[in-house]
Amino acid sequence: MRIELGVALTHLTSRKRQTLVSLTGVVLGVAFFLAVSSLMRGSEKDFISRLIDNSPHITLSDEYRAPDVQPAELRWPGAAVQISHVKPQSETRGIRGYREKLAFVESLPGVRAAPVLVGSAVLTFAGRLQAVTLSGIVPAKMKGVSTIEQKMTDGSLDALAVNPNGIIIGRTLADRFSLRLGSTLSVVAPSGASRAMKVVGIFRTGNAAYDQEQTFALLKRAQSLLDRPNRANRFVIQLADPYAAREVALRIEATVGYKAVSWVEASEDILSVLLVRNIIMYSVVSAILVVASFGIYNTISTIVMEKTRDIAILKSMGFHARDVRQIFLIEGLIVGVLGSALGIAVGIALMRVLAEVTVKPPGVTEVVHLPIWWGGEQYLLATAFALGSCLAAAYLPARKAGRVHPVDILRGAT
Amino acid sequence: MSAVIVAEHLLRRLEGEVPVTLIDDVSLSIDRGEFVCVMGPSGSGKSSLLYLLGLLDIPTAGRILLDGEDTSRYQEDELANRRLEKLGFVFQFHFLLAEFTVLENVVLPMRRLGRLDEAAQRARGSELLERLGVADQGGKRPSQLSGGQRQRVAIARALANDPLVVLADEPTGNLDSAAAANVREILRTLTRDLGKTVVAVTHDAAFAAAADRCIGLVDGRIRAGWQGPAARPASASPGPASVSPDAPAPAGDVP
Repeated sequence: MRIELGVALTHLTSRKRQTLVSLTGVVLGVAFFLAVSSLMRGSEKDFISRLIDNSPHITLSDEYRAPDVQPAELRWPGAAVQISHVKPQSETRGIRGYREKLAFVESLPGVRAAPVLVGSAVLTFAGRLQAVTLSGIVPAKMKGVSTIEQKMTDGSLDALAVNPNGIIIGRTLADRFSLRLGSTLSVVAPSGASRAMKVVGIFRTGNAAYDQEQTFALLKRAQSLLDRPNRANRFVIQLADPYAAREVALRIEATVGYKAVSWVEASEDILSVLLVRNIIMYSVVSAILVVASFGIYNTISTIVMEKTRDIAILKSMGFHARDVRQIFLIEGLIVGVLGSALGIAVGIALMRVLAEVTVKPPGVTEVVHLPIWWGGEQYLLATAFALGSCLAAAYLPARKAGRVHPVDILRGAT
Repeated sequence: MSAVIVAEHLLRRLEGEVPVTLIDDVSLSIDRGEFVCVMGPSGSGKSSLLYLLGLLDIPTAGRILLDGEDTSRYQEDELANRRLEKLGFVFQFHFLLAEFTVLENVVLPMRRLGRLDEAAQRARGSELLERLGVADQGGKRPSQLSGGQRQRVAIARALANDPLVVLADEPTGNLDSAAAANVREILRTLTRDLGKTVVAVTHDAAFAAAADRCIGLVDGRIRAGWQGPAARPASASPGPASVSPDAPAPAGDVP
């Protein structure tokens, strides 16, 4: 055993109570750090996973990021060309040649995609009207990219495949219109075309507006109803790794040409809010450790004062200032290491308890567990903060100890 | 015999609002194997001289040659290394580390030096304790020992790294006369049997009798013929800055 370590240990054990108090400070600091961090990060992950699950990882729409370059600009590149009041060419809107493009997107590794034709329609039933978003889908593909199948309370997506005149509606709409499975209603397209359709499924997402205004029908049926044969105007894309969305979106956009928006891009504001929230949270919880480090400073200062004679004799024996400094830094380190280890244990216990806690948000029937994040980096962060503040707290008294001049002490003692 | 410590024109002054000169132009030479005592009234700079000779303090001017090596060019850490290797200290208060056992205290300088492996360190530590007659106290804490025993342990610790010189600052100042005589005798045998050089600062006139020579210090200067308050003027003895070893000790101080 290193001699400095031996001396450090005897110092700490000679002041058991004070050491214990400063150790408790670090243990609690680390434990609370972990509890708060796991909760905050857990809720963040929970939020992001909801964000990721409930919206497509990437949405490819029939739009372009930049307006078309006009022929005049192509002809005279770099010239001062100003063209105003340009109207886009009138054509059947949608992704041109969507089948080939879909095939390309699906050929990318870890990518699932479903074509959707989104349009507006009006549902009428028993004299009541509701403007809705009608999404034409391919049920088999849609199941791969959307959680809507899990949100079905009645019927299923597959029922669409069986009944080409089927329509799936949300729970709110169903309640408002008193619709049930098998009810028939009229769908009127903007063009005026109308068709009687049968409710083959009802979903409930918990988002009231969505549950009222979203409907699903077969892609082919939507194409004919909205008068856009052979078109889809949106690809809903899910990735095996949601965090690769940005890169994959760029790649898809580069090849296909249409605008591909990843969830990261779509919710940049929320992500930056989460980042700020994390910074605030980590500065608050590390403040606990900073406060705990005062206890260590206090303990080690007392030891230094109490042991000046020992320090003087060690130095007269031939110990360097550095050796003496090390003794007290080691003391800080021991408290830090022990405190982190015990703190992590207490923190994990605390996290276990928190994970068992269930809360029932007002007005919601579902009981939810507190989201706890078990990720490893928070342990590293807590340990790093704990060790850092312990060493910083030990440094000042250690420096003072290193500067003890044996002659001053010996002279005073005689 | 070769000189193990040579001091040349040592000056030690404490700067401050009122500068104090602790040591004023002291030159001396101590030979290997000598038992030298430094005597003088309180405040005469005895301890200050010892700290300078022991490389604990740095002279304001002048230089010290330890074992032929000029130490004036050394920085603090190098001085510490010389202390570790060549010097041993015994103080009025034993200054043993209370949380360590007696043996651990003795082994401490050896561990710092790190020349011997752990087993050899312990063996040497036990051997030293045995030589000083406290072999059976090795496992105890210093607080469980008597004053004389503690001082003997402190001497054992001073000898740990087989130093050239043992510097003692009032080694018997805190002991009763029997224990003091014992410690004095031990220091005496260090020079006789082990060939160590011993420099002891003391008030104890009996030291003058035991020492090979005595250096008298008054107001930071070497005073020729000064023998300490009790030894005057019975043998107003000759010799600059020294007194013969057979000068009679005052009766009251002999056990």
